Amino acid sequence: MILEMHDICKDYDLGRNITHVLKNVNLEVDEGEYLAIMGPSGSGKTTLMNLIGCLDTPTSGQYIFAGNDIMKCSARDLADIRNRRIGFIFQSFNLLPGLSALENVALPLLYGGVRKKERRERALEALKTVGLEERVDYRPDQLSGGQCQRVAIARAIISRPDILLADEPTGALDSENGAQVMELFKGLHDKGSTIIMITHDSNIASYASNIKYIYDGILTDEPYQASRNAVPGGDRDE
Amino acid sequence: MGENILLAFQGIWNHKLRSFLTMLGIIIGIAAIITIVSTINGTNQQIKENLVGSGTNVVNVKLMQNGYEADFAYSQLPDGIIPADEDSRAAMDELDKVEETSLYRRRTWAENVFYLSTQYNGNVYGVDDHYFSVNSYNIIFGRGFVKEDHTLRRKVVIVDSKTAGSLFGGADAVGQTIEIKGEPFTVIAVCAPSVVNEPVINSVQDYYMYANTTSGSIFIPIEDWDIVYRYDEPVNVAVKATGTDDMTKAGNNVSEYMNKTFVKNDDLKYQSEDLLEQAAALQQLSETANTQLIWIAAISLLVGGIGVMNIMLVSVTERTREIGLKKAIGARAGRIRFQFLTEAAVLTSLGGVIGVAVGIGLAYMMSRVMGTPVSISVPACLIAVIFSMVIGIIFGIVPAFKASRLNPIDALRHE
Repeated sequence: MILEMHDICKDYDLGRNITHVLKNVNLEVDEGEYLAIMGPSGSGKTTLMNLIGCLDTPTSGQYIFAGNDIMKCSARDLADIRNRRIGFIFQSFNLLPGLSALENVALPLLYGGVRKKERRERALEALKTVGLEERVDYRPDQLSGGQCQRVAIARAIISRPDILLADEPTGALDSENGAQVMELFKGLHDKGSTIIMITHDSNIASYASNIKYIYDGILTDEPYQASRNAVPGGDRDE
Repeated sequence: MGENILLAFQGIWNHKLRSFLTMLGIIIGIAAIITIVSTINGTNQQIKENLVGSGTNVVNVKLMQNGYEADFAYSQLPDGIIPADEDSRAAMDELDKVEETSLYRRRTWAENVFYLSTQYNGNVYGVDDHYFSVNSYNIIFGRGFVKEDHTLRRKVVIVDSKTAGSLFGGADAVGQTIEIKGEPFTVIAVCAPSVVNEPVINSVQDYYMYANTTSGSIFIPIEDWDIVYRYDEPVNVAVKATGTDDMTKAGNNVSEYMNKTFVKNDDLKYQSEDLLEQAAALQQLSETANTQLIWIAAISLLVGGIGVMNIMLVSVTERTREIGLKKAIGARAGRIRFQFLTEAAVLTSLGGVIGVAVGIGLAYMMSRVMGTPVSISVPACLIAVIFSMVIGIIFGIVPAFKASRLNPIDALRHE
């Protein structure tokens, strides 16, 4: 078991009234699992992803990630957990425009205190994994969207994290590039990576070995509500 | 660290105009300070050179009364002052920082000194046989004092080149006779200081400041003093120090020795006529006026610092997404803080370096146009650059903390 969530609630205090975004979420993910979490816009799926990714802490409940009680971790501990144990893949890539592909990929290792020579070697290796060994010195503005997302995936896997956390990974890509990215995920999963993917798109979700649905802050195995509300390509989660 | 600095330079280069405008306040402030400091330095150096002379390292230890040199031309000789003798002079040669000493007596503006019917206005010195070596005088015509001039109390006189010109009007001075208080003295030589130090005169004030150091002098053996003046008159000491910076120390050592050995009178004390001290007093005068200017320039640095803070805050807002991403992939808050502090420090340090260059150029330009002396101080330039770096760090603190406290979720969502 890589992560367990018990009765997780997340409230946002908007001044006059409190919004309950997540309501008693229970989730368990095993090593090597490929999980998709589906939900429409406003369902709380992004909030759930932020909690899973240790970018935010729940209002109540218990979250154990890789043996760490997240509720008891300091901001510094959370930064280290994100650095070493979680690989993020965002809808909008979030590459640094001033850096080359190689430098972007090596960034997490820089924060992890890895030596320069090793950073370079591992970044080259990661770029090879995503098939971009020819583009190491290109800057993001010289790469296509699909290539950018592959650089982002290389950045996510470089620190050999416990889980890969992808938020609408194909949301900004055309179907061909999207399919390529999903193939890449499949390959990584086959090699043993744990992947959690958040999406509104049932086609994308179908790549996963396990699908859960979130609706109005409640996480279920029941597909009914989510599939009814899904509009292909309509929700870019912005 | 190195990587951060490199990235900071890259950032500055990518926003050339903005970075330049941000640095402008720092550049102007540092340039103004360097210009002022260089001018102060130059003036000080000039004062010191004019007063202290270049390399004779001589300080005179004189008997002082109420802050003025004691003058016995008309008044009674004081009680309790014994004239120093050759033995104590030799003893003073051994004092710390002292290279050589000489005993002398002096009348300033001596009266009743004539060549034919021409009256001489200047100093009369009674000197021992160390005086010319201590003061670095050279004999240019004739012969210097020999032992017999002193022991036999020969009535001989050596005139300096200034007196030779004014009194004998270009005629051969050697062999002529000068009357001092009716006593005939034969001129045996013309002497001149071996190191000619002409003061740099830039203004009327400068002229008055240095004019009194340039009257003529004539020298007779100190043993002849009582022929024309009084027996038992106190003597002064000319001290050659081992180096320019030792002058104060050597003068103090000698005056202490003289006071201890020869003075039994509370009103009178031997004091070294400390040219370094005089120079320092004059330097202080020019400095106080200019220190105020430095404060005004410092205000410009403050304004520059606020400008840097402003731009760094804008930069934090612009780069919110970048900060969010970095935090998401595990950069600790300290790391983000350090990155922004480095950027601010690099920006202002660069401004400092440019400011120093501009300041040096400006100082030389001012010296061309207005004739002010200039001396560039390397430590001042280094301090200026370090100081501008500190400004960057101080005014970078607020933006850096703002950046490091951003919530990664909000930051990532920022457009």
